[in-house]
Amino acid sequence: MSFTPPKEVYNGKVYTVTISKGAKAVTFGGENVLPFHSFEGEFVNKPVIAYEIQDIAPSEWPEQLRQVYAAVGDDTVKWAKYVQDELKAEAIALRLQGTHPDSGNRSADDAAKTVKAVLDNIDVPLIILGSNNVEKDAEVLVKVSEVAKDNPCIIGKAQEDNYKTIAAAAMANKHKLIAMSELDINLSKQLNIMLTQMGFDKEKIIIDPMCSALGYGIEYTYTVMERIRLAALMQNDTTMQQPIVGDVGMYVWKIKEVQASEDILPHWGALTPRGIAWEAQTACALTMAGAGLLIMRHPEAVKAVNAFLDEMM
Amino acid sequence: MALTGVQIFKLLPKTNCKKCGFPTCLAFSMQLAQRKVSVEKCPDISEDAKKQLGEASAPPIRPIKLGSGDSAVSMGEETVLFRHDKKFVNPCVLSVAIKDTEDEAAIAKKIDDVLHSEIDRVGQHLKVDAITIMNESNDAGRFEGLAKVVAAKAPAVPVIVCSENVDSAKAAIAHFKGKGSLLYGATASNMEAMAALAKDAGASLGIKANGLDELSDLTEKAKGFGVEDLVMDSGARKGKEIIEHNTYIRRAAIKKGNKSVGYPVINFVMRDNEYLETMLAGLGISKYSSIVVLSSVDKWKNLVMFTFRQNIYTDPQVPMQVQQNVYEIGTPTQDSPLIVTTNFSLTYFIVAGEIENSKVPTWLAIMDCEGLSVLTAWAAGKFTAGKIANFIKESGVESKIGKKELIIPGYVAILSGALEEKLEGWKIIVGPREANQIPAYLKSL
Ligand code: B12
Ligand code: SF4
Repeated sequence: MSFTPPKEVYNGKVYTVTISKGAKAVTFGGENVLPFHSFEGEFVNKPVIAYEIQDIAPSEWPEQLRQVYAAVGDDTVKWAKYVQDELKAEAIALRLQGTHPDSGNRSADDAAKTVKAVLDNIDVPLIILGSNNVEKDAEVLVKVSEVAKDNPCIIGKAQEDNYKTIAAAAMANKHKLIAMSELDINLSKQLNIMLTQMGFDKEKIIIDPMCSALGYGIEYTYTVMERIRLAALMQNDTTMQQPIVGDVGMYVWKIKEVQASEDILPHWGALTPRGIAWEAQTACALTMAGAGLLIMRHPEAVKAVNAFLDEMM
Repeated sequence: MALTGVQIFKLLPKTNCKKCGFPTCLAFSMQLAQRKVSVEKCPDISEDAKKQLGEASAPPIRPIKLGSGDSAVSMGEETVLFRHDKKFVNPCVLSVAIKDTEDEAAIAKKIDDVLHSEIDRVGQHLKVDAITIMNESNDAGRFEGLAKVVAAKAPAVPVIVCSENVDSAKAAIAHFKGKGSLLYGATASNMEAMAALAKDAGASLGIKANGLDELSDLTEKAKGFGVEDLVMDSGARKGKEIIEHNTYIRRAAIKKGNKSVGYPVINFVMRDNEYLETMLAGLGISKYSSIVVLSSVDKWKNLVMFTFRQNIYTDPQVPMQVQQNVYEIGTPTQDSPLIVTTNFSLTYFIVAGEIENSKVPTWLAIMDCEGLSVLTAWAAGKFTAGKIANFIKESGVESKIGKKELIIPGYVAILSGALEEKLEGWKIIVGPREANQIPAYLKSL
C-alpha cells in the first residue's frame, strides 16, 4: 500500500526581510509553509542569529557568560568587533541597557554616540534595542534612529504605550521596527494594525510576541508564535505575516538553571553545558514555532543552534 | 476514521425511544461524534453497528504501553497537531542506547545514569524512561550478554530490544518476557519471525522501514501476522527528514484517519555533538515523536530535555497550579516568618525550594490566583490587596503566629500600603524580588 503524503494547502506567505549594511546583508522570513516544512513549500531562509552586545559592561550577566566577553565587555566597540570578527556574527543586536533609569540612566545623546561608533566599526547588520523602559525608549530610540539614518537597521522595541514616537522615527529614517506585545496573539495583531494605520510599512515590521525561557513560560511564547504563523499561512492574515524575533538571551541568562553550580545542585549536572544548552534549546524551540530572527548571547549556544538549523534546512 | 454525527445516526435504531437519555437518536449521535457519551447508553443498538462504531471511535493513534508495573510509560493517543488545540497526551519517552560493543564500564555507567536520572521539577517526578539495547555486533551471544546485564541491573526499567537479526532478537528478548518491552527491527525480510517473537514475549513490535510507503506496508503486514501493538520508524535520521516524516504521519493518522500509520513513532537521534543531540531530542518532543533514542544521558542534558518535555506537554488551557493553603516549610513555630505568594506551580515550587534552602522554617501562604504567576496575577487583578487581605484573614494563619507580619513578593511592593490598610494591625514587609535572594533574606530577619 502506498502512502499518500497529506500535504497542507497554505494560503499566505511571510514577508521577506533583508537587513543590510553593505555587502553583508542578511535575509530571513519569506516562507510559505510552517517552519522547516520545505517538503511542501518554500522554507529557504535559515533563521538568523544576532549576537547581543550592550552599551555597558555586562555586570548582571552570570559568570560563565561574562567570562566569554571579559576582554571586551567594557568597551562596546571592541565588543562589537569581537563578535563580528572572532565569533563571525551574522548580525549584531546592541542593547542600550545603560539608558535604563535603574542601570545608569545614560542620556539619549550618549546612546546615539555609542550607536554611531558601533556602526562606524562594523559591516554586519545592526539591531538597536532600547532598555525596555517605555518612556526612556521613546526618547532614546528616536535619537539613535537619526544617527543611524544612513544605515538601515532594525530598531526596537515599540510597544503599545510608545509605538507612535518610535515608529515615526523609524519611518523617517528608513529603519525596520520590532513591535512587541505581551504573549497574546490579539495584542500582537492589534499593535501591527495600529502601526500600519499610522502609515508604517507592514513589510518592515518584525513581531516580538515576547520571549520566555525554557522552564519559565516558554510554552506560552511557543504557542503564541505557532498561532501567529498559522494565522499568516492558513488564514492569509496579512496583519500577521511579518517574521518573528525571539529575544532569547535576555530571558535565559537570568534564571537559576544557568547560574546555580553543580556543588549546590548535583542532580542538575555540570553548569557550563547546562547554561549553553538552556539558551540553545530555548532558541531552537522558538525556531520550530516560527521565529526567523534570534538574539542570543553565548557563542557555544549559537554554534549549537546553527548545527541544529543546518540539519533542518 | 472518525464518523460524523450523521454517519453515526444511520447506524442507530432510529426509534427515538429516549432510553439513552437523549430526546432523539440524532441528538445521541451528535454526542457520540464528539465522544461525549458511550455507545453502551443505547440498549437497542445492533452488534454490527457497535463494532463499526468501535472501530471508528478508536483513537487515531493507538495507545501502547512500554514496560510493566509502576515504571511503564504510555505512548500514542494523540489527537491534535498543535498544542493550542488540545493538550498533548503522552509525553515523549526518552531512552538511552547501549550498544553490545561498548565495554563493561561504559555499559554500567549508562545503566547507572538511567537509574539515577530522577529529578523533581514543578511537582512532577521526571526521569529517563527506558533503555535501548542495540545489537551493533550482530552477534547473538554478545547481545544476550548485554540483555542479561540490563535485566539484572535495571529490572524495572522498560527496555527496547533493537536488532534485525532474528537469532539475536530471540536470545535477548527472552530476558524480558512479560515485561512489556519493545522488540524493534521488524523489516520486510524478517517480519514473520519478529512478529512471532514479539507475540511470544508479550512485547510490542518496532517496525523499521525505508520511507513512508514501505512503513505503511509493513504495519499492514505486521497486523497480518497478528501483532497490533506497533511502533514505527520511517527510517528518518536527519532533522529535516524527521520533521517531514513525523508531520506527515501525524497528519495522516489524525486528519485522514489513515490507520496504517496510526501508531507511536520512534526516532533515533544519536549524535557525536552532545548539544546537537539534545536539540534533536527537542525536535522529537515538539514534533510528534513518542520515543527518542539518545547516545547518552548526562544530568545537564536530562534537565534540559525533561523541562522542555514538561513545558510542551502542559495543558495550554489550565496552568499548572497547587492548592490554596498555608503550607509549612520545615517545622514553623509561633515565631517563624509568614510569606504570601500565588498558586502557580512554578512560583510555588521555586519559592518553597528556596525557603527549604534557607533552612529557616517558614509559613508559606499560597493564594489561589487561578495558577498565575505573581506579576501576571497582579496584572490580571487576582493578586490585589483586598483579595490577599481576605485570604489571610480566612486562612486562620493568624492563630498560628505570634507577630502579625506578612512578607510579600518584591515585585508587588506597590501593594504594601493598601494591604496595611486592609489588614488592620498587620505589618507588611516587602521581600526581595527574585526567589534566589530568599535564603539570604530569611537568614537576615
Ligand atoms: C507566562 C506569562 C504569562 C502567561 C501566564 C503564565 C502564568 N501561569 O502565570 C499568560 C500568557 C497567560 C500571561 C497573561 C498576562 N500577562 Co503575563 N507574563 C508571563 C511572563 C512571560 C512570565 C511569568 C512567569 O511565569 N514567571 C515565572 C514565575 C515563577 O514568576 P513569579 O511568580 O513572579 O515568581 C518569581 C518572583 O516573583 C519570586 N517570588 C514569588 N513569590 C515570592 C514571594 C516572596 C516573599 C519573594 C521574596 C519572592 C517571590 O520568585 C519567583 C522567581 O524569582 C511575564 C514576563 C516575564 N518574562 O517575567 C509576563 C508578565 C508577568 N505578564 C504581564 C501581563 C501584563 C499580562 C497580561 C495582563 C497581559 C494582557 N494584557 O492580557 C495577562 C494577564 C492574565 C489574565 N488576564 O488572565 C506583565 C505584568 C506587568 C506588570 N509589571 O505588572 C509581565 C511582567 C510582562 C511584561 N513585561 O509586561 N502572562
Ligand atoms: S436509546 Fe438508542 S434508539 Fe433510543 S433514542 Fe437513544 S439512540 Fe435512539
